[in-house]
Amino acid sequence: MNITYFLTKFARALITMLLVVTFVFVVLRITGDPAQTILPEDTTEEERQEFREMWDLDKPLHVQYLRYWKNLFHGSMGKSYRDKREVSQIMAERLPKTVYLMSLSILLSVIIAIPLGVKAALNRNTFIDRLSMSTAVFGFSMPNFFLGILLILLFSVKLKLLPSSGSDTWKHIILPLITSSVAHIGSYSRFTRSTMLSVMNKPYIRTATATGLSRNSVIYGHALPNAAIPIVTIVGTSIGRIISGSIVIETVFAWPGVGRLLVTSVGSRDMAVVQAIVLFLSISIVTANLAVDILYGFLDPRIRTRKGGK
Amino acid sequence: MLKQLNQETFLQGLFRKVPPLILISIAWLVFIIITAIFHKQLMPMDYRTTDLLNRIAPPAFMGGDSKFLLGSDALGRDTLSRLIRSIYTSLTIAFIGSIITAVLGTIVGFIAAHFKGIVDEILMTLVDFQYAMPFMIMALLVLAFFGNNIVLFILLLGIQGWMRFARLARGMALSAQEDGYAVAVKQLGATPFRIYLRHIFPNVSNIIIVQFTLNFPEKIIVETSLSFIGLGIQPPETSLGSMMSYGRNYLMGEWWLAVIPGIVIFLTTLAMSLVGDWVRDNLDPTVVK
Amino acid sequence: MDSSSSIIMEVNDLVCHFSIKGQGFLGKRKKLRAVDGISFDVARGKTFGIVGESGCGKSTTAKLVLNMIPPTSGEVVFNGLDMTSLRPSKWRRLRAEMQMMFQDPLGALDPYMTIGKQIKEPLDIHRTGDSNKRKEKVLELLESVGMENYMYDRYPHEISGGQRQRAVLARALILEPQLLVCDEPISALDVSIQAQVVNLLKNIQKERGITYIFISHDLRIVKHICDRVAVMYLGKIVEEADRRELFNNTAHPYTRALISSIPIPDPSLKRETIILPGDPPSPVNLPSGCRFASRCPIVIDKCRESEPPLEDIGNNHKAACYRIGVK
Repeated sequence: MNITYFLTKFARALITMLLVVTFVFVVLRITGDPAQTILPEDTTEEERQEFREMWDLDKPLHVQYLRYWKNLFHGSMGKSYRDKREVSQIMAERLPKTVYLMSLSILLSVIIAIPLGVKAALNRNTFIDRLSMSTAVFGFSMPNFFLGILLILLFSVKLKLLPSSGSDTWKHIILPLITSSVAHIGSYSRFTRSTMLSVMNKPYIRTATATGLSRNSVIYGHALPNAAIPIVTIVGTSIGRIISGSIVIETVFAWPGVGRLLVTSVGSRDMAVVQAIVLFLSISIVTANLAVDILYGFLDPRIRTRKGGK
Repeated sequence: MLKQLNQETFLQGLFRKVPPLILISIAWLVFIIITAIFHKQLMPMDYRTTDLLNRIAPPAFMGGDSKFLLGSDALGRDTLSRLIRSIYTSLTIAFIGSIITAVLGTIVGFIAAHFKGIVDEILMTLVDFQYAMPFMIMALLVLAFFGNNIVLFILLLGIQGWMRFARLARGMALSAQEDGYAVAVKQLGATPFRIYLRHIFPNVSNIIIVQFTLNFPEKIIVETSLSFIGLGIQPPETSLGSMMSYGRNYLMGEWWLAVIPGIVIFLTTLAMSLVGDWVRDNLDPTVVK
Repeated sequence: MDSSSSIIMEVNDLVCHFSIKGQGFLGKRKKLRAVDGISFDVARGKTFGIVGESGCGKSTTAKLVLNMIPPTSGEVVFNGLDMTSLRPSKWRRLRAEMQMMFQDPLGALDPYMTIGKQIKEPLDIHRTGDSNKRKEKVLELLESVGMENYMYDRYPHEISGGQRQRAVLARALILEPQLLVCDEPISALDVSIQAQVVNLLKNIQKERGITYIFISHDLRIVKHICDRVAVMYLGKIVEEADRRELFNNTAHPYTRALISSIPIPDPSLKRETIILPGDPPSPVNLPSGCRFASRCPIVIDKCRESEPPLEDIGNNHKAACYRIGVK
């Protein structure tokens, strides 16, 4: 097992997280006294003082910085001034909703996109190929909020089949799910198609075909495993875009997740909540990218078996 | 007579070389750009004028008054005028933003390639960081702290996608340095400034331009998305995104308030992407490696 | 500055080590001895050849003598001026006097600029003459390197390989340098064109009295064009002599092997070809004794223990070998 490979990736992920946390810390401080920015206008002076002590705001900057980390590790990120509750508590309520929507969306996209892309690559210039390419172009050009609105107009307003907002029943997730999946189905399938095409042109695939292997065992035994690595990468690294998308989609469908919470908190400048969400989302993205790198290491035998340090 | 013949062959050549879909896309883009440039002359009335007697007028094609070709909103403002003004705002912002991105990214890429070593490491770590950190989240964080004003908003959009330009420019500059022509010109006694401006930049400009055409539709989508969730362009100014945001409250009856600007966004980004892809696939292979 | 001396360039104990990174996260840095202590003098108006296999450090030597990369130690004296410690602006001005011709002419030319503009560029950089004079000079030079006027407006990909190398030569000559370093200038060309370019180089030397440092792996061409030749092996000069002396009175076994590999056009002539076993050792892990010991057909124990110095063996002929005279 190549330890160096994982150590390098892990070190990179740690540096990125460090940068994110520091970035938030710096932005918070260069905009003025956090006790003024974070706390609402009607806070009493005692409350402000208490807050300053908790975050060591009267101490030198490096002490503040260390304290900031310590508080993060204890999961204490302050209180929302809008409903006066701990931010961690609010997050605990909102987060499952977002994870639910996002993970279903990734699952749906992968299930549809990969077979579509493989089919398109194997049947170039046929209907299925054009379909997958058009979906990709469509998904890239269609703003998700417009797609969401069109779906609401059709299914909620005109056909009155599905609800347009909320998250109470299984019916509520259908429209947000479709909206967030379309773009990803497009990009995943386009990528699967081009990867498969380039793999199918490799000498080892032609050799496998020449030795008389059946078409299916060439495709599923040789081509797809080789194409899998870049596909996994592209899915993993699209987490950032999925999160960005969820911010808009949750707003369109009034889906009570962290994306919508972020938008309303930015609007009302509820800083404690904004800070917590930004940190949380960035760290999830970095972790996802790290997971992809590690998975990549396991999938690629060249990385898996290469000795460290050689 | 002869001139006419030449024109015909030119047009025939154009139609032969360029697929019809691309021609339609170009036509749409030209139409949109002209609308943006002449928005003042084209608006039938002021986009801020309210007319409380004519609230929520349906568009002319749905049997409405011809005074409001595309109907009016709940304050009686003319949708067509607002649409034209929004096209101007959204296009201008996306254009300035894309230029900032291209210049910023290219310069960073050149700096990384030129100084190498620790400078390169730091800048490339920043690039990786930017790839990992979605622009939307960064934008929301900054908007939350600094509040919203148009200059900050444009600068912020200028950051979106800079890392792709930086990577491209760095890669191209590095390969140019190794390739020889930069080494050759350097040993002729040229200053680094001359090498980058006269030699490396012309060599990478094609690729930068293609990246620009791919970045531009992204900019439109990002700007309209932020305006749609209420954190971008603020009233009384209007953009395609904020028009949709407003129209979203009238889906039950006056669906066109949201759908009309949506169609304009969609067609514009679609046309841009198609043309951008086409240009990328048809660049002269002898001059671009 | 002493520009009347018969020696135009003096190279003293020039060393260039590269630090290369080992693989892996904490890979150890290793030292690659590209050029490991070489000295030679270049006579004005003559052609000095440097030959050797690929990887022997001859291209690095070319860059070092032009000071395009900094040496680890040692000095390069050009017309009495030490070049190794020049400020960038002074260095740039000196480019007018020393120029380089590259191995790959397509790579050395900017694909987005016309040939004429590129040849003219050195004049623009060094602000010589006005724009009419500059263009006139370019056209003049195009003619003297055997190119037609219309090539002025062509782009590099529109002309042939031989034409490109002529253009590179014209660009190098336009500032009327005293020294031209040619790094494998013809090895990327078709055999049929190689001779043309070599003859062109010779004619230009005759007309302009320019000095060449000619770097090549091909002894045939070196024999054709050079007045004095240095043979390099793994970063060191193993033998150096005037051309006739080197070919008629070869001292070093490595040079002998190189010469024996030159094909002879007459099949009736019999000659023993010396085939060297194995590859040269890596310049990262050099053996302690003579660098050539592992492949030498006449090696003795002494060769493995200490490195033979480069010594004058008479007739202005230097060689680094303990076994001179042994065949």
